[in-house]
Amino acid sequence: MAEPTGAALALPEKWDRRLAGALRFVRRRIGGEYEVDEFGFDPDLTDTVLIPLLRPLYEKYFRVDVSGMHHVPDAGAGLVVANHAGTIPIDSLMTQLAIHDHHPTHRHLRLLAADLVFKLPVTAHLARKAGHTLACNEDVDRLLGAGELVGVWPEGFKGIGKRFSQRYQLQRFGRGGFVAAALRHGAPIVPVAIVGSEEIYPLIGDVPPVAKVLGLPYVPVTPTFPWLGPLGAIPLPSKWMIDFGPPIPTEEYADQVDDPMVVFELTNQVRETIQHMLYRLLVKRGGAFGS
Amino acid sequence: MSRTVLVTGVSRPPGMELARRLWAAPGIDRVIGVDLTSPPDDLGDVEFVRADIRSPVIAKVVEATDIETVVHLGTLQPPSGPGRGASGREIALIGTMQLLAACQRAASVRRFILQSSTAVYGSTAHDPALFTEDMTPASPPPGGRSRDIFEMESYVRGFTRRRPDVSTTVLRLAHLAGPTADTALTRHLRLPVVPTVFGFDPRLQFLHIDDAVEVLATATLAPRPAARIPPGRAAGADEIGAPAEAPPDGVAAAPVSAPLPAGTVRAGRAQAGRPIVYNIAGEGAVYLSQAIRRLGRPALPVPAPLLPYVRALVGKGGELPPISELTYGRVTDTTRMRTELGFQPRYSTAAALAAMDGDPDG
Repeated sequence: MAEPTGAALALPEKWDRRLAGALRFVRRRIGGEYEVDEFGFDPDLTDTVLIPLLRPLYEKYFRVDVSGMHHVPDAGAGLVVANHAGTIPIDSLMTQLAIHDHHPTHRHLRLLAADLVFKLPVTAHLARKAGHTLACNEDVDRLLGAGELVGVWPEGFKGIGKRFSQRYQLQRFGRGGFVAAALRHGAPIVPVAIVGSEEIYPLIGDVPPVAKVLGLPYVPVTPTFPWLGPLGAIPLPSKWMIDFGPPIPTEEYADQVDDPMVVFELTNQVRETIQHMLYRLLVKRGGAFGS
Repeated sequence: MSRTVLVTGVSRPPGMELARRLWAAPGIDRVIGVDLTSPPDDLGDVEFVRADIRSPVIAKVVEATDIETVVHLGTLQPPSGPGRGASGREIALIGTMQLLAACQRAASVRRFILQSSTAVYGSTAHDPALFTEDMTPASPPPGGRSRDIFEMESYVRGFTRRRPDVSTTVLRLAHLAGPTADTALTRHLRLPVVPTVFGFDPRLQFLHIDDAVEVLATATLAPRPAARIPPGRAAGADEIGAPAEAPPDGVAAAPVSAPLPAGTVRAGRAQAGRPIVYNIAGEGAVYLSQAIRRLGRPALPVPAPLLPYVRALVGKGGELPPISELTYGRVTDTTRMRTELGFQPRYSTAAALAAMDGDPDG
C-alpha cells in the first residue's frame, strides 16, 4: 500500500513542499500554462487533482488488492481488457489508478469510454482530461500506434447494467473490435479480472420509460437508490481485488487481421480467460464485505 | 510560363494580403481580385474587379482574362458587416455555385483552390479525438455554418468530377486567431466575461491568420500535381495515377509513384476527379477553459439553453459561435499538411492564441 512515511520529524518540511507544489499548481491553472495532448489528456490535472481524489476511495474504502502487475508491459502499446460491473463505471477508474500507483513505470491507462460519457455534462468535461477517449476504431488505432496502454471494457453497458443476480457472469464481448485493433498493432492483450465492483450498487431493477426520456441506457434501482435519495448513491464498501493476467501475444496473428474467425477465436479466448480468473479471484476473496 | 490568378473576397484583410503575396511571387504575372466592396487599402498592382460572384458577371471576368488559377476564399467572412447572417451565407453558397459554373466552362482554368473550414466535420459527442481528411461526414451536419460549408465543399466535389483536368485543392482551416482575426469565436473570446457551456470543455485548434494567408499561397504556388487525366479521357478513366498523355500546360506529367525531383512539393494524393483535401491548423490543441485563462479573462459557465441570453447580456450582440462547437469542440489531424503539402505553420495553436491578445480595432 502506501510507502512507509519517514519519521514524524520530517513532516513539517514535507508539508511545506506540498503547499509550495499546490501553489505552483494553482498558478499554472489560473494562467492556463499547461499542456494537453492531442486527445485532450491533461497529465497535470490528472496527477495533481483527479488521482489524489480517487485514491482514498481506492485505498481506504474499497481496500483494493492488486496482483499480477508484472504482466502489464513497461513500455509500448498494450491493450488491457477487463470485466465491467457496478452500475456506474468506477471499476475502470480503479484500474487506471491501480496501474498508475503500482506499476513500476506508473503508466497512465488510456480508457475507451462510451459516447454517453462525452454527452453528459461534467463527465464530458473531465473524461478527456483524465486521458479517456471515445471507444471508436480511429482512436484505438491512434493510441496503440503511439505506443500507449489502452484500457477497454468490451461488455459496455451490458456489463455495468446487468442485474445483481447475474454478477460475475461475463456478458457478450461486443464485436471483437478491440481484438482486431490489437492485432493491427501487434499489441499484447492483458486480461484483467476485477472482483468487488459488482457489490457497490447491487442493481435489482430498471425504469425503462424514465431511461428513455433521459436518454440513458438504464435507470438503476438498487436496495438503497432511489429510496434513500442522495444517500442511496453512496456505493457499498465491498472488498475489491484486481488481478492482471499473463499477456496474450498477438504478433503471430499480424497477417490474419482480416480473418473474422481468428478475431472471434481470440475474443473468446480473452473472454474465457477473464471468466476463469474471476472465479479464482472470487474464491480467494471470500466474503464481499470482509477485509 | 505565365499564370493569371483570380482571388475572390479580396477586400477583406486576408484576401488583400494573399493577393499582394501572390503578385510578388515568381511565375505569376497577373492577379485579379474580386469582391462586392472595394478594398479599403490600395492593392498595388493587383487588378480589382468589383463584381458580385452570385451574378453571371463573374463568368465574363473568368473568360475575358484567361484565368489559370482560382483561389476562392469561401469562409473568410466577418461575423458582422456586409457579409453577415443569412445574406452572408447566401453569398457564400450561391457565389460558389456561380463561380464554379464559370470555371467549368472556362478551358483556361487549370487549378481551383477552395478555402474551407474544419467546421465541415461538425461537433458532436461521437467525434473521434482527431478528424482526418477522409472523415468527411457522409450526410451533412444538421445545420448552420457546418452545413453551409459541407454544401460548399460538395459543389466543389461535383465540379472536380466534371472537370477532372482541373487540379482542385480544399484547405480546411481551423479557427483563425491572431491580432487581426475577426470571427464569431474570436469575438466571443474577446468579451470581458466569456460565457461557456456548463459541464463541457471543448478542445480547440487555432491557425494564425498569417499562416492562413501563407498556406493559401503555398497551395497556389505548389507545382501542379502530376498524373491528371486530360479532359478527353475523363469518361470512364478510373485508373488512379495514370500518366497524362499530353500535358496541356507544359508541366511534366509523371505517375504518382515516380520519384519527385528534390525540392518539389509532393502535392497530395493526386487523383483525377477528386479534390485534394488538407486540414490546416497550428500544432497542438487547447481547451476552451485554457484559452480563456491564457487570455486572462474570467469564464462564466451557464447551461447551454441560456447561453445566447447570457451572451447578449455580457456582449454587444454579434453572432454566437455554434453551441455545438462550444460544447464538443473539434481537433483535426494535420499530418497530411506537413508531409504532403509540406507546410509547417509558423504559429502553434498556443502561439496563435497568444497573438490574439489584443484589440482588433486598434
